Amino acid sequence: MGFDIENYLKDQGNNNIILFYKGNVDSDVINHVLDTVEDKMVEANEQSKLRKKVYNVLVESLQNLYHHVDKVPDDFEDQTSEKFGMLVVQKVDSGYKIITGNFVHAENIEKLEEKIKRINRSSHEEIKELYKFILNHQRISAKGGGGLGLVDIARKTGNRLEYAFREYNDKYSFFYLNILVDEREQL
Amino acid sequence: MEPIIIEGTPKTPTVKFDATEGVFEIKGRSIPENSVEFYKPLVDWLDSYKETPLIKTVVNIRLEYFNTSSSKCILDVFKKLEAIHKAKNEVEVNWYYEEDDEDMLEAGEDYESIIRVPFKMIEIVE
Repeated sequence: MGFDIENYLKDQGNNNIILFYKGNVDSDVINHVLDTVEDKMVEANEQSKLRKKVYNVLVESLQNLYHHVDKVPDDFEDQTSEKFGMLVVQKVDSGYKIITGNFVHAENIEKLEEKIKRINRSSHEEIKELYKFILNHQRISAKGGGGLGLVDIARKTGNRLEYAFREYNDKYSFFYLNILVDEREQL
Repeated sequence: MEPIIIEGTPKTPTVKFDATEGVFEIKGRSIPENSVEFYKPLVDWLDSYKETPLIKTVVNIRLEYFNTSSSKCILDVFKKLEAIHKAKNEVEVNWYYEEDDEDMLEAGEDYESIIRVPFKMIEIVE
């Protein structure tokens, strides 16, 4: 099955695509992706402020996949990946774009979407307060996530979280998160 | 008490907790997938230290990156320090950040607003 992310890559003609990964997101993959992107940003002489933001957002995006992805559908082509995810890192004019994709159980969609909507309608100051509230009141879940990843991404980038759910079948959707990390000064 | 000395790795920080000097340091990158596994021994160690702390404890936090899962564990570390401070011992946290790293400064300010221990924000100028 052709995913949007792959059509997106075709449309872009691999334009400034720094990295594309599709498969199991384990600890070694995370290390490798972080090293690769960090090296490329140093090579490109990016300002340390932008480099740090991209690195931070990349860590949270990958670890979100690591901690939260649902098991792939039974008829999906890749049955060997326990934590199947996709990642694109692209250089754009104003900074970097980080796109992730993963399967989400139909029953988990509403909760995830509600969380993103809440973040997207919050001001920068409200996001800061939300971060502190979760930090101080929520325990680390059994899956190992702190529930702070998306809030942290929104806080550090100062941008809205763009997202989409594409229905795969009646039990699963594929979730895309499209994050822009840019150089513009935050308010 | 035996000191804790842990060498840093690309994903975990360098740690030096020495009860005889009362100077504790966490330095480097803290981005492990399983941060509880890394921080639990530190929090347990502080639990013992807080029974007989020195009159003054200095804590230096000099992190380049930390992930959100570490941020909760770092809060647990600070909560132990808060208990030591509450028992009328001097505790001082030095929070280091690089000069252009506003995110790291803000992260320090988050902790400062949650934890009742004196914080010093120290800018590292290259």
